[in-house]
Amino acid sequence: MNQPTSHSDTPSAENLAAHGAVVQQFHPRARVALENPQIRRNFRNAMDGLMSKRRSAFEGWELETLRELGANIRQRALANLPDLLEQLEKNLTDNGVRVHWANDGDEACRIVRKICVARNAKTVIKGKSMVSEEMELNHYLEEQGIEALESDLGEYIVQLAEETPSHIIMPAIHKNTEEISELLHEKTGTERSHDVNYLTASARQQLREKFMNADVGVSGVNFAVAETGTLCLVENEGNGRMTTTVPACHIAVTGIEKVVGTMEDVTGLLALLTRSATGQHITTYFNMISRPRQFNELDGPEEVHLVLVDNGRSTIYQDDELLATLRCIRCGACMNHCPVYTRVGGHVYGTTYPGPIGSILMPHMLGLEATQHMPTASSLCGACGEVCPVKIPIPDLLVRLRRESVDGDSERPSNVRGHGVKRGHLEAAAWLGWRWMHSQPWLYRLGTSVSARFRKLLPRTMGGWTRYRSAPKLAPKTLHQMMAQRSSSVRPSARMPQSSNVAQRGNLS
Amino acid sequence: MSAREQILQRLRQRHGGEIAVPETDFSVIADREWSAAEKLDRFQKMIESVHGEVHRVSEEDWLDTLADILQSRSARNLLVPLKHAIGRTIRDADRPDMPELLGYDTAIEHWLPKLFNDVDAAITSTRGAIAETGSLILWPNADEPRLMSLVPPIHIAVLEADQIFATFHEAIALQRWASGMPTNALLISGPSKTADIEQTLAYGVHGPKELIVIVIGAE
Ligand code: SF4
Repeated sequence: MNQPTSHSDTPSAENLAAHGAVVQQFHPRARVALENPQIRRNFRNAMDGLMSKRRSAFEGWELETLRELGANIRQRALANLPDLLEQLEKNLTDNGVRVHWANDGDEACRIVRKICVARNAKTVIKGKSMVSEEMELNHYLEEQGIEALESDLGEYIVQLAEETPSHIIMPAIHKNTEEISELLHEKTGTERSHDVNYLTASARQQLREKFMNADVGVSGVNFAVAETGTLCLVENEGNGRMTTTVPACHIAVTGIEKVVGTMEDVTGLLALLTRSATGQHITTYFNMISRPRQFNELDGPEEVHLVLVDNGRSTIYQDDELLATLRCIRCGACMNHCPVYTRVGGHVYGTTYPGPIGSILMPHMLGLEATQHMPTASSLCGACGEVCPVKIPIPDLLVRLRRESVDGDSERPSNVRGHGVKRGHLEAAAWLGWRWMHSQPWLYRLGTSVSARFRKLLPRTMGGWTRYRSAPKLAPKTLHQMMAQRSSSVRPSARMPQSSNVAQRGNLS
Repeated sequence: MSAREQILQRLRQRHGGEIAVPETDFSVIADREWSAAEKLDRFQKMIESVHGEVHRVSEEDWLDTLADILQSRSARNLLVPLKHAIGRTIRDADRPDMPELLGYDTAIEHWLPKLFNDVDAAITSTRGAIAETGSLILWPNADEPRLMSLVPPIHIAVLEADQIFATFHEAIALQRWASGMPTNALLISGPSKTADIEQTLAYGVHGPKELIVIVIGAE
């Protein structure tokens, strides 16, 4: 996030407020994005490509059975979450890896800083890590006078542009070659070129220098294996391997939900992750780290740390339905298939995680006050739920969060922060009236016939509803009136027998 | 209370109570009945599809193939393992058509710039391969350190044809990974690449630009 944030020792209300201001501009930003043909083309092309690659990667697979397996592996891990975390901690510690725990992003940032300070580190090189984005780690380290440089090419581009990632797998997907060439030219002096190989080679050169001089490497984790104490990283570029091998100290940061039981579990999830994410059967590198450098080894970091970050996850964990959110393996398939995301792009959401996964995850991290637009930024077409490799019922969860934001009742105790934030007195009163009217037949008849008579007086615009739709028109006669006319004009013998049933079922009598 | 205790307590005292543990049936990713020849063919097809290069050679003539590969790339030098039979064979052969041979005999701190800037190619052994995804299995160690397969622009990997597993699932079971993981284990499937600039593939972004597999005993 580019917003100023505070990282004091107290939970950061200020930080949240700043963040809230960013995320609430969804609608104006969406309008701007929709009018930008470049953004729409960039996303459309990229997402079309990803969708078709995913489809062909799963050809010949029993995809439903595989997704079932993925969902079950993740669900089983969640069922044993506290035990697995302790087992992971024990095995990593036995392996010589130091494990830290953080309640939220700020606490995690402070842990990273402490490690850096103890090593007198001045430069940090980073592999791709969405949790570090969640923590706003780069910004924090800069404030502390520690340089943090992204090494994933997409993240590097985004960092040079002083932006945030617009996609969780492909951070710079919103930019085209020309824009990137211009950016590299301006910031690094690279010759302008449309040759992607040239641009890539020049970034390689710049980043190699940085790898050689970095004091600390910070990476994310795709799966943490409890049984063996192993951190698994999925990547194509090799920057993740560089980050976790070249600097003398490696700090991995991850959410507490990333733990799984065994390496066997990993095989199942890996088969789903890369195919769902980029349509690859596997990524170039699957990097499994269990120890710091051993006494006779010649490379690798002498210190390895793992920071386990909660940041709202243990609250999601409390609720049987919302729990499914934590199954996510961050493949991004739900974004690639989302008709809303594809049209507006990732920045419009204003949050670390955009798209469908962002819409079911961010409300827990930032509260519904700041994110109330997210669950509604969906047509509920269901595509996200259909492609999710771990079968998260995303549309159901979106509906649940919509309900959470208007529910104001105390009968349904809720863990969701900002519960009832959208509940307005007027709307609540209107629904109360609606309920009353529908339980009193005489009132219902009176109400509908009065509205039919004065239908011309109904407003033509109805807020957001009529921005892209025409206002509903009432019929000149109510159904009751038509039924009454019909029964007086039709002979009793010709009356259709069902009509009385229909009337009854419709609760009209 | 420490953050650790707070987090674990929140998880343990879950409002929703116990979570049911579902059964997991791995047969969908495990059951492959491929012959040795099918596994090799599949491995080759998959790794070639991601820009890897495969040479099938016999026990006797793999050194010729290696020399050809290096010459065609005008490699000035080759980093070899010092103890592994591969490295010993190359050094003992003492062939004039081989480039200068280098060894990774000191900790990285002592020669980092040289490794990054002056080494053209490295050769490593493998612990086998995975047919389904076209992946090499590497467990770097003191003789073949982690950066050997990452930093030089050309990585040549030697694979024994009878060490190809059908799936990752099968490999970890037969090699009993659960009973002890090394410091670092790797699956490598092709050269380093990126599609971060407008989805256009470019190779060698951080790691090797070329991955060449010499499969021994496959003729
Ligand atoms: S919610 Fe499902 S589809 Fe979306 S990123 Fe997570 S695992 Fe992938």
